[in-house]
Amino acid sequence: MQQQDLAQRYWRRNQQIIIIYLIIWFLVSYGAGILFVDYLNQYQVFGFKLGYWFANQGSVLAFCMLTVAYALRMNRLDNEFDVHE
Amino acid sequence: MSLELLTYLFVVVSFAIYIFIAFWSRSATTHDFYVAGGGVTPLANGMATAADWMSAASFISLAGVISLSGYDASGYVMGWTGGYVLLALLLAPYLRKFGKFTVPDFVGDRYYSNVARVVAVVCVLFISFTYISGQMRGTGIVFSRFLQVEIETGIMIGMAVVFIYAVLGGMKGITYTQVAQYCVMIFAFNVPALFLTFTMTGHLLPQTGLGATLESGTYVLEHLDGLVEELGFASFTEGSKSSVDIFFITAALMFGTAGLPHVIVRFFTVPRVRDARISAAWALAFIAVLYTSIPAVAAFGRINLIETVNGPEGQGTYYEDMPNWFQKWETAGLIAWYDHNGDGRLQYAAGGAYTGQDERPDFWEVPDDPVSRSMFNSTRPVLNPSDGSFDPEVQPFANELFVDPDIMVLANPEVAGLPNWVIALVAAGAMAAALSTAAGLLLVIATAVSHDLVKKTMRPDITDKQELTIARVAAMVGVLLAGYLGMNPPGYVAAVVAMAFGLACASFFPAIIMGIFYQRMNKYGAISGMLVGLGSTLAYIIYFKFMGGSQEQWLFGISPEGFGAMGMILNFLVAYLVSHLTPPPPIAIQQMVQDIRVPRNQGSAYY
Repeated sequence: MQQQDLAQRYWRRNQQIIIIYLIIWFLVSYGAGILFVDYLNQYQVFGFKLGYWFANQGSVLAFCMLTVAYALRMNRLDNEFDVHE
Repeated sequence: MSLELLTYLFVVVSFAIYIFIAFWSRSATTHDFYVAGGGVTPLANGMATAADWMSAASFISLAGVISLSGYDASGYVMGWTGGYVLLALLLAPYLRKFGKFTVPDFVGDRYYSNVARVVAVVCVLFISFTYISGQMRGTGIVFSRFLQVEIETGIMIGMAVVFIYAVLGGMKGITYTQVAQYCVMIFAFNVPALFLTFTMTGHLLPQTGLGATLESGTYVLEHLDGLVEELGFASFTEGSKSSVDIFFITAALMFGTAGLPHVIVRFFTVPRVRDARISAAWALAFIAVLYTSIPAVAAFGRINLIETVNGPEGQGTYYEDMPNWFQKWETAGLIAWYDHNGDGRLQYAAGGAYTGQDERPDFWEVPDDPVSRSMFNSTRPVLNPSDGSFDPEVQPFANELFVDPDIMVLANPEVAGLPNWVIALVAAGAMAAALSTAAGLLLVIATAVSHDLVKKTMRPDITDKQELTIARVAAMVGVLLAGYLGMNPPGYVAAVVAMAFGLACASFFPAIIMGIFYQRMNKYGAISGMLVGLGSTLAYIIYFKFMGGSQEQWLFGISPEGFGAMGMILNFLVAYLVSHLTPPPPIAIQQMVQDIRVPRNQGSAYY
């Protein structure tokens, strides 16, 4: 039972982490790149309109960081709960 | 050395490398053949996934599409990369833990039903064949453009090469071949991109060059916006599509990416759950190297095109004064000119120079002599010139040019004045892009038949050796069928590829997600959900792409490319409702779900 309880707590933590990461994922792409693109396009950073930059460059960079961060975060979580292989 | 000789040399050498690698790492067991023995390092798997994923469309067409439609095409950039976040967070680690060979394996076991397995096999075959026919066509097109052979001949050469290394090498062979192919294609794409960026902005990286200033001191994108708006196009950085449509297209491509069987299966090849997570990150990083430089190539290409065609005064350029590449690609049919105002100069602006649905020139092959030529206002006679009318309020002249999006990448090295070896390299890179994807798909097709259909459904008693033979025969039949479809494409290739994504998005993604995250999901819910998602998406795409449905009839303004996301929502809803009206899955299955959620093997009953 002990072990099952642990597995459930691990799973809940994992789900919380996933939700946080997916919120960021949504905000940088659908948010900044599509829904609020017109608003962000008022701002210019170097030669980029900000909304356009998110849609064509920023979202991709953010995705890369998200996947790396998730992999590292989960390695830590696996060790914390001692469920790693 | 002549360009043709160099191109042959590059292509032949790269093919020899691929075949050599496949021979060196050939598969001896089904475990090797299906998942490369499960011992691929995360880095190699990430590279192989990137090559597997980036098809002829990414390599040749995407930059052109962005170039011609600007912000409106952002959905491709975000959709085709964002899917990897979903893979890394929601799919790859759990499917790795599940630890079988294929996607139908998961669907069949998780939903304890051979009906579910067969539905999944049908989806896999449908998605993979639509997709692979596009790749075969892509190989043929690359051959015909760079080596002046018939498209059919090119397809046959491509079939032969893929056949040799996929059938011999299996997953193990194609994994290491794809690593080599990734290197070839990334080098081939970025060398011209770096040169182009450097000559236009003085920056080295395309990613920063896009935000830099031109020699004149204005920002690249500001300059481009000004150029296109003057010619009556929508602003490059803002576009003209509705947000709803871009939202749904992005979603369909994103969730479709995460549901494509040939991508998912790559995560079965790494040793551990943590390797699956990090190899998704590697894959995305390798893909991003190409995808973040694509918008820059697109913008520079468009500026070059406009300034070359309309000239420094913006009044057009005499045909005789156009650079050599123009005539070369005109002969290939990728660019065409019709002199609407009869002033002997080319002018490029908004609107179609030709009539018809996609405003492509319909060339009329007539004898190429001065008399026949003088009868037409164009260098290659066409049957469908438009009437050449335009609104003087929005643009200075009528558009006289047809530009195929592919030209942006294919002609880049010539436009930038790069040496012949770079052009030959681009040919080898485009070939690598098409072949690597075709091989990955072919393997999925072979596995679906030999493993899911024969071994798991029809004849469970066959030996490993027999199964391997069946897989090789299936790959052989698959390559022949794919070649046939490539030579006789079912409609228009882009529409067909959109269909593959829509279907993956509407069928697999929900079934797998619910299988992992929703323990209560049972076979009735999953099967009905997949059928509803698949059926609705298929019907919508067929109606609007092949039966002449018009844009006014689009549901909520969603184009057929984006409808897969709607099909996915329907799938989730139907699956949820049906599963609540029917009994929950057996205890053993619920335990299996618990088990795949935790990396370490807990030794539960289902093994």
